[in-house]
Amino acid sequence: MIQAKGIHKQFGALHVLKGVDLDVAERELVFIIGPSGSGKSTMLRCLNRLEVPTSGSVVVDGIDLLDPRTDLNHARQRIGMVFQSFNLYPHMTALGNVTLALRKVAGKSRAEADEIGHAALARVGLAERADHRPGQLSGGQQQRVAIARAIALEPRVMLFDEPTSALDPELVGSVLGVMRALRESGMTMVVVSHEMGFARAAADRVMFMDDGLIVEQGPPAQIFEAPLHARTRGFISQIQRH
Amino acid sequence: MIETFFNAAIMAQAWPIILAGLGNTLALSLMVVPLGLAGGMALALLSTLRSPWVRWPLMAWVDFFRAFPPLVLLIFLYAGLPFAGLELGGFACVGIAFFLNTGAYYGEVLRAGIESVAPGQIEAARSTGLTRLQALVWIVLPQAVRAVLPDLLSNTLEVVKLTSLASVVALPELLFQARQAQSLTYNPTPIVAAAAVYFLLLWPLVRLLSRLENRAVASRR
Ligand SMILES: Nc1ncnc2c1ncn2[C@@H]1O[C@H](COP(=O)(O)OP(=O)(O)O)[C@@H](O)[C@H]1O
Ligand SMILES: [Mg+2]
Repeated sequence: MIQAKGIHKQFGALHVLKGVDLDVAERELVFIIGPSGSGKSTMLRCLNRLEVPTSGSVVVDGIDLLDPRTDLNHARQRIGMVFQSFNLYPHMTALGNVTLALRKVAGKSRAEADEIGHAALARVGLAERADHRPGQLSGGQQQRVAIARAIALEPRVMLFDEPTSALDPELVGSVLGVMRALRESGMTMVVVSHEMGFARAAADRVMFMDDGLIVEQGPPAQIFEAPLHARTRGFISQIQRH
Repeated sequence: MIETFFNAAIMAQAWPIILAGLGNTLALSLMVVPLGLAGGMALALLSTLRSPWVRWPLMAWVDFFRAFPPLVLLIFLYAGLPFAGLELGGFACVGIAFFLNTGAYYGEVLRAGIESVAPGQIEAARSTGLTRLQALVWIVLPQAVRAVLPDLLSNTLEVVKLTSLASVVALPELLFQARQAQSLTYNPTPIVAAAAVYFLLLWPLVRLLSRLENRAVASRR
């Protein structure tokens, strides 16, 4: 579903990604962990071309994202993204947030879009909140609206960038619950997060990234209990202490 | 004193002249406010392009026209350009001067509004397939305008007041007409009347502005 090869990314003199390969199979959930600044967000953002790699190739669902002939805005509907800071549109209702791209990009009528939007909000447990503005919702509810906004477009892949890091601890569970349901529905997912409990329960594969490279990867049990590299071990004992 | 400044007989005589001036001031405002807003919106949108080839000329343009006194600009267009063979007429000169001057002010206000919208929202919009322009139209501009509504209104008040500058190029707006009536009647009452008319015209806007500003302060708490 995702084939990213030899991704390098430089911001001026700063070399952030130093040749990352990422292959994600259909229905697979890949979990990415790593210290802050190691390039996880940049990697994820290369997968929908919010960031253009300096070199390498990115193919998602058979679409070459770096080919200039690719209709990027069409391709992006197939790649949902959820951000740490929700990034909802505060001047619109929850339903408005979910239906904007349905109407403006997917070309649905307002009635069609509303129907799809209500269904998407129901999937994240917010059917009753359709008319609320983001400011009237808790952080957990806002993040679920953001997930609904992405899944309403029926993406083939979902990218999550630390979806629970900005949430109060008691709100994390509701968002992880929605992600788990999404996983069970067969969605292909790439998740950057430090929620190790979720990773153990739901991830097929965990990757440890450090300094712009994937240091090691494997099943959750192996990475968390028996990592091969000292850097992985150090990082995992560090996040376990929290 | 009352005979001099509030003379009823002179008032009755001058009233039709002043009313015609009011009509022209309103018409002028209805031309220059949209013109300034359009110019300002163009400048603000250009400022979202990060290229230095746009940014530096834009900054120079805005600084220049904010520093250039609008009266001087107007007189230059009206009385200076004819020496270069370009006679534009009073109406066109007022339009151009306001477009350049108030456009620069509106532009700075709108730019601040655009910059107040969190960039993450634009990324989220792009990630769902919206184009840059769609994100601007549906996400950024509605919030930007709302964020700076008091500043836009305050600027608009200044613009309406500035239309009295058009009297120097003999456009028969409120101030010009009042001066005409004054010289016809040899009495300052028409000027007082014009001041009262300006006040009545602008006071509702001033009240509205106060309410918007109070609301902005309250919502910041
Ligand atoms: N747009 C950008 N311009 C310049 N530097 C950036 C930009 N985005 C990220 N970086 C830098 O790239 C590095 C990796 O960032 P990021 O991918 O956000 O790491 P992580 O998500 O693992 O914390 C950091 O040093 C960050 O400062
Ligand atoms: Mg990050």
